[in-house]
Amino acid sequence: MNKKQKKLLIRILAAAVLFVPLYLISEGIVSLPMPGWGQIALFLIPYLLVGYDILQKAWHGIKNGRVFDENFLMTVATIGAIVVGEYGEGVAVMLLYQVGELFQSYAVGKSRRNISELMDIRPDYANVETDGRVERVDPDEVEIGTVIVVEPGEKIPLDGIVTEGSSALNTAALTGESRPRDVSVDDEVLSGSINMTGVLKVRTTRAFEESTASKILDLVENAASRKSRSENFISKFARYYTPVVCFGALALAVLPPLFCVLTGLGMDGYASRSALWGDWILRACTFLVISCPCALVISIPLSFFAGLGGASSQGVLIKGSNFLETLSEVRVVAFDKTGTITKGNFAVTAVHHSPLDEEKLLEYAALAECYSTHPISSSLREAFGREIDSDRVSNVHEISGHGITAIVDGHSVAVGNERLMNSLHVAYLSCHHVGTIIHVAIDGVYSGHIVISDELKEHARLAVEQLRRAGIEKTVMLTGDTDQVARRVAEEVGLTDYRTELLPGDKVSCVESLLADCQGRKKLAFVGDGINDAPVLSRADVGIAMGALGSDAAIEAADVVLMDDDPLKIAKAIRISRKCLRIVKENIVFALGVKLVCLALATVGVADMWLAVGADVGVMILAVLNAIRCLLVKNL
Amino acid sequence: MKKTYKIEVDCANCANLMEEAAKKTPGVKECAVSFMTLKMKVEFDDGADVDTVMKNVRANCKKVEDDCEIYL
Repeated sequence: MNKKQKKLLIRILAAAVLFVPLYLISEGIVSLPMPGWGQIALFLIPYLLVGYDILQKAWHGIKNGRVFDENFLMTVATIGAIVVGEYGEGVAVMLLYQVGELFQSYAVGKSRRNISELMDIRPDYANVETDGRVERVDPDEVEIGTVIVVEPGEKIPLDGIVTEGSSALNTAALTGESRPRDVSVDDEVLSGSINMTGVLKVRTTRAFEESTASKILDLVENAASRKSRSENFISKFARYYTPVVCFGALALAVLPPLFCVLTGLGMDGYASRSALWGDWILRACTFLVISCPCALVISIPLSFFAGLGGASSQGVLIKGSNFLETLSEVRVVAFDKTGTITKGNFAVTAVHHSPLDEEKLLEYAALAECYSTHPISSSLREAFGREIDSDRVSNVHEISGHGITAIVDGHSVAVGNERLMNSLHVAYLSCHHVGTIIHVAIDGVYSGHIVISDELKEHARLAVEQLRRAGIEKTVMLTGDTDQVARRVAEEVGLTDYRTELLPGDKVSCVESLLADCQGRKKLAFVGDGINDAPVLSRADVGIAMGALGSDAAIEAADVVLMDDDPLKIAKAIRISRKCLRIVKENIVFALGVKLVCLALATVGVADMWLAVGADVGVMILAVLNAIRCLLVKNL
Repeated sequence: MKKTYKIEVDCANCANLMEEAAKKTPGVKECAVSFMTLKMKVEFDDGADVDTVMKNVRANCKKVEDDCEIYL
């Protein structure tokens, strides 16, 4: 609790101690004779003690031409109650209202801290080594290329490359992934991860401002300032609502008794005219107490804030409440293929029809391709996996669009596609696998082929399945790849549709035509890896960039950033947003529902002030507690 | 130019009022107040004197909610 809250708590306790005996006396439960004016004077002590700041604020509001706010509501209601002789009720309302305020301020402060802790990746210092001495400096002051030392248990302050040591890193704060990541010399490390086991020396590659931790913090902090439709609705609502209820209460206080007096109807129940007026004024005051909009005004932004915080603890950064809201309405998801559904790493997946050992065939192919820079040759070299001795290779000819011929260990080796085999008059066997097929002929004899293809991501199938279960109607893959490859991937993963052979510009028009098909409130999300799909990311209702850790372009262009490249997070992000929006709706319906019922009861004179303030504070507390549920998304 | 300031305010509605008050201040192009992070993000008009503008913003905010603070 902070100073302000403590002060309020003391005032509430003191006022309560004074108020309870007074109330018992005034209600005649404890008999002690007291004159009327003495009661007023005594009740005013706890009233002013607990509510003076509300009165002040109300006065201040009137003075500055901003009459209708909750302070004004409370002031008018309590003074009204005291004027008509219900001292006890008047003080009790003020007291309980302040209890509610205290709870609200405490709960908000607490969740604010909880959420900031979740996102606590801001490094406090960096250890810079100069002349063998280690010095602690502000990460802001460290220049690019400086070598910093990170001890176990410390946060990595700046992005960089490991120059010495090896360790396991906890990247949970960045990715939501709790499995540690092993790093050693020449690996890139990102700021915000925590060094767990060994001492690391890191050469920084980015200044603090540009480092991952700052970028993420910046994004998260700005997220709360982009407001959702629900939040805008509530703040607009509050602006018109309070004046409306004030005039409603005024009408309630004046019109019915005036009607009674003028027509003489309904006077039977009252002893005198002043009793009649008193009753209706009290009803109007009760009406005012109930109508206080606090529950809504506080719980809606709190829900969104907790939702954003909960999501970022799972490695899902959402750039604003508005995107959280849109995400919950997504019914169509379009995917980029490479890097999103597939790993995009073009690995050797099979070797067929080889009379030699697979290993041996790969060795010949890798050697023949040892000078080539084509992605295919690097895949071959990677599959071979050993050091390549280029002295074994001579007479290399690269035939563009065909392949390579070379002399390896005295054998003439040809590595390439069907066209190369045809031109060498070698009979080849075609392959039923989809991918890039590399045929190999040794000394003019066909020696089999190597299949190179992009691998599906481990969770791609499950991710699409989860999306379907989350009510996503259409899952469409947009790819520049051929029809054959796309069809196989789409079938394997279980997508509902795919568009092939698209240039980057075509993807935008594809998304546009998909958008045109989305009617009403159905929204479209596009998921990409952030490389060359920035225009598509920004054209979709929600652009989701995955595996964005360390990629500035993606963080810039997307609305939702998945920190690691696990496609399961797409469905997770949608589930988080749905939960959050469900809670927001629950709170709106619940708070307004209870208020409307109580308002009706107060109008007909059934609800008294106790019920009124109970409804007001109770609804607020329940709505705040409900809002905090948005944080609980770990097992969603 | 954009700048972010730390603020102190007690209720969500007051934060909305501060945002409106700040937006109406001359020299302020755009303003967003986040009650949850207790931050005020201000975008200034080109050529505006940040210090003076922020003093006015603070005065205007105090007018709508005397219980608030902007740390300049």
